Amino acid sequence: MTAKPILTVKNLSVIFPDSNGGLHALDDISFEVHSRDFICFLGPSGSGKTTLLRIIAGLLQPSSGQVSFVDNLQPKIGMVFQQAHLMPWRTVMDNIKLPLELEGMDESQARIKAQEMIELVGLNGFEDSWPRDLSGGMAQRVGIARSLVHDPDLLLLDEPFASLDALTRERMWVELSRIWQVKQKTVIMVTHSINESLFLADDVLVLTQRPGKIKLEVKVDLPRPRNDDIRYTSHFGKLARKLRGAIE
Amino acid sequence: MKPSFSHWLGLFSIILGVFAWELIVRLSGLPRFILPSPLDVWMRLLKSLADGSLLYHTSITLLEITLGLAVGVTFATLLGYMLAKSRSLEKVLSPYLVASQAIPVVAIAPLLVIWLGHGIISKVVICALIVFFPVLVNTVVGVRAVPPALYDMMHSLRASRWQVMSKLEVPASLPVLLGGLRIGATLSVIGAIVGELVDAKEGLGFLLKVGDFQYDTSMVFVAVIMLVALALALYGIVTLLEKRFLKWQHTPS
Repeated sequence: MTAKPILTVKNLSVIFPDSNGGLHALDDISFEVHSRDFICFLGPSGSGKTTLLRIIAGLLQPSSGQVSFVDNLQPKIGMVFQQAHLMPWRTVMDNIKLPLELEGMDESQARIKAQEMIELVGLNGFEDSWPRDLSGGMAQRVGIARSLVHDPDLLLLDEPFASLDALTRERMWVELSRIWQVKQKTVIMVTHSINESLFLADDVLVLTQRPGKIKLEVKVDLPRPRNDDIRYTSHFGKLARKLRGAIE
Repeated sequence: MKPSFSHWLGLFSIILGVFAWELIVRLSGLPRFILPSPLDVWMRLLKSLADGSLLYHTSITLLEITLGLAVGVTFATLLGYMLAKSRSLEKVLSPYLVASQAIPVVAIAPLLVIWLGHGIISKVVICALIVFFPVLVNTVVGVRAVPPALYDMMHSLRASRWQVMSKLEVPASLPVLLGGLRIGATLSVIGAIVGELVDAKEGLGFLLKVGDFQYDTSMVFVAVIMLVALALALYGIVTLLEKRFLKWQHTPS
């Protein structure tokens, strides 16, 4: 962890203009992200989690403070949203290779890369399916594959499993954990699920209710690779209790 | 099994209609120049096909419709896209656009013929005008309905403006746009005929008028049938386009 952080956020604040003096969404947020970190922001709804991700993704400008990337280069970003947000007019294959098309990669090469992703997320045989024929979990797998296909420097996950049922969600945690092990990406995730944050992240930062502030940072020293059993260990329980206590 | 049965049902209904028509002609004893029989119309159709006049006039009308559609759809989608993207432009233009819809095209058709002459240009313009509004409205609705989340997704991938348009906005608004085209296509036939009825030396509208003047009622029927055929063909083409481009919406394969 002596290397330069790839992302530094300093004194970030966001105020959305509204009729009574502005809505204070985020207040004085500072943190650093190093290469291959898996960082998770944990907070109740209204803590500005999504706003934070949108700023990092460059979709929104902060009211004050800085977001700077290493060497001032705009990183390649992969993003997974609460809903899969697939293009319904594209097949699974075509949805996944979209980021490559945008980069101007030639068709045959893009298909090969997309095919690799399809295998990684376990969607073999569904290449030509339409999004409307996919279950929620499958659609979200496509979303994850799409976020990884162009080999992004930074992966942003915005409550990626919030729309899934509990069982599918837990299965996806294991999947994502495995994919992260394989791809070794730098990940910033936001969630309101304590279990999700502990199962996946190295580092959990707890945000307060509006305006969102960093209240607590917890290092998750659970061994990897993590599987289902880890959630029933006493250490997991201890960390969970600590996080639970920090969320009002 | 089912679709072929309903196909036959349609055909059966047409045959029944022709029989009813024949029956009315016989029972009422109306003279031919008021109500020709199906056979009279059929003979007139063959005759006008044989001397080439029907195909010639149909081709003129078809040319007007095609050009009118092309011009109307091009302008409507371009302006519609700009309106969808800019609320202020919409505010500036919408009084004119709404006012233009309050005036029936039939009412300004004579004006256009005076200004643009009785050649095909005036008909093309009338056609384009009548097609313009439904396509414009549907373009605006379609582009505005693009899910904001997909814009976020595209922007997070650093998509250019052109990429956002070609890979997101156009395909996302295509269903609504084709819905507008479906309405526009049938309206365009009306546009061309309205223009031709005002003043023309050729086209199906001209044929209608000639038939009318000469009490050649069978000719009028033939022209009307051709118009219906044109409208159906255009409608069919739009349906084919929908099948081709919107297959992701239809029954799973």
